[in-house]
Amino acid sequence: MSSHEYTPSSKFGKWFNDRLPLLTLANHLTDYPTPKNLNYWWTFGGILTFCLITQIVTGLVLAMHYVAHADLAFESVEHIMRDVNYGWLIRYVHANGASMFFLAVYIHIFRALYYGSYKSPREVIWIIGMLIYFLMMATAFLGYVLPWGQMSFWGATVITNLFSAIPLIGESVTHWLWGGYSVDNPTLTRFFSLHYLFPFLILGLVILHIWALHVPGNNNPIGIDIKKPSNDTVPFHPYIVIKDLFALLIFLIIFAFFVFFSPNILGHSDNYIEANPLVTPAHIVPEWYLLPFYAILRSVPDKLLGVIAMFASIFVLVILPWLDTSKVRSALFRPIYKQFYWFLVADVLILGYMGAMPAEGNYLLIARIATAYYFIHFLIILPLLSKKEKTLDIPLSITEPVLGGMPNPAIAKEDFKLKSLG
Amino acid sequence: MSEKDKKKPNRRDFILTATTAAGAVGVGAAVWPLVDQMNPDASVKALASTEVDISSVQPGQAITVLWRGKPVFIKHRTQEEIEEARKVSLKELKHPEKDEDRAKKPEWLVTLGICTHLGCVPLTNKGDFVGGWFCPCHGSHYDTSGRIRSGPAPTNLEIPEYTFVDNNTIKIG
Repeated sequence: MSSHEYTPSSKFGKWFNDRLPLLTLANHLTDYPTPKNLNYWWTFGGILTFCLITQIVTGLVLAMHYVAHADLAFESVEHIMRDVNYGWLIRYVHANGASMFFLAVYIHIFRALYYGSYKSPREVIWIIGMLIYFLMMATAFLGYVLPWGQMSFWGATVITNLFSAIPLIGESVTHWLWGGYSVDNPTLTRFFSLHYLFPFLILGLVILHIWALHVPGNNNPIGIDIKKPSNDTVPFHPYIVIKDLFALLIFLIIFAFFVFFSPNILGHSDNYIEANPLVTPAHIVPEWYLLPFYAILRSVPDKLLGVIAMFASIFVLVILPWLDTSKVRSALFRPIYKQFYWFLVADVLILGYMGAMPAEGNYLLIARIATAYYFIHFLIILPLLSKKEKTLDIPLSITEPVLGGMPNPAIAKEDFKLKSLG
Repeated sequence: MSEKDKKKPNRRDFILTATTAAGAVGVGAAVWPLVDQMNPDASVKALASTEVDISSVQPGQAITVLWRGKPVFIKHRTQEEIEEARKVSLKELKHPEKDEDRAKKPEWLVTLGICTHLGCVPLTNKGDFVGGWFCPCHGSHYDTSGRIRSGPAPTNLEIPEYTFVDNNTIKIG
């Protein structure tokens, strides 16, 4: 929050602002004091906002040409690819945009995990973030069904069948979701409706996410509370705006590489075969960003428990602020947590790889160990570390390590190295 | 208001409770159509039964027909397959069911072609059991009676409701 009261300079501006304080809001956003040591891992919030807007704009255009009907959907997507002016570009941006969105959100989440951004007083930001992530997964799944290819159809069948694991009411719930006795036209039309709705729910949650962020202000790489505004802060505009834009540019290069040079590499070729309810593809895999959860689902031999484990793997993230109660936020000052953090990163990557492999033999064994470790990390290691870990001394301010009087100069140096590497 | 008055519900409390209850019923009545519209509609239910001509299906052969948007396997079993299915001890089965209870006529097995794990379509005459099915998605093996023998599927292939209209026609549903 700006400490000074804002008054627009023009007379009209003042008249309008008294009635709707939009200019005050704009002033808050530009002057918003930001920790001066934010590194490039902090630019993904802006990148994610860009991704959401890109998906909404391209999706809006695609909906002008797409036909949500089991007999016509597949053809209408090919029509977009071949006939509609720039249709190929818009669809490839939308399809790869989903992958880029998830790439960015995973970096954003793992940044929060490394620097303890989920801890008090930022728990609500974190929980809203997890809701956004959950809605993103739902939206991506719904969207993947719309082209009505083989992977669309069978992905929809497998995922909706998860609900049949619910005791007693499972079957009624799946029939209700399908609007029939199998995935069919009623399923497709409702998935289209919901796929259109969810991004706007996400947009609403993003506004709450940013609002909640602006109450305590940004966390920062050394994870200490700072005075705002002070020597430790810079105004959001132009400092952070320029940095975010530069990061976005780099991100767009990667994005463009996928769109223009290998637009189908992240997809599955079976989805260019029209949906056929009589033939299941030999190897069903979800999109790459859902693979770790798919691996957890398959690693549990019981159907119901597998579904529970999969949802629990997201729920442990939601309650994370109460599992990791260490007062020190940043992993820079938590030597043991830092190591376990990288174990977790490796564990999730292994789960992702196992999710893409067939569920048998050694793959299944490794997936089971990785699933167990995932829960051990959150439910056992983090609560224990919160009590036992001997943390390093944290600096009193961001400028202190540079100007001297710093209790632990070695760590501060590491942080600044990280920052300059970006 | 004294302590005594607080504990004893008065006429205003009654009106408040009654209004809230009426409101809740009203909201429920308004929401239910919005929920129920997603259930299978009349046009879907109208297609709920299918008649199939089975006169051309040779012994050992299985055909797949679509019923309610789902595949149904109709298998003309050979004598060996029937014996194989009937001699298995119930103790060996994950989901114990007698073959006699699964096939109305021993030479015809009618079963949903949907793996009971997560809904994929199993492949006919594949897997570890002769004349059985194999699900390629997560590796479930079914025997020639459609019973789960190994793999993650929890139960046997489901038997839909069906009747023999005459010797050459089956009505499913």
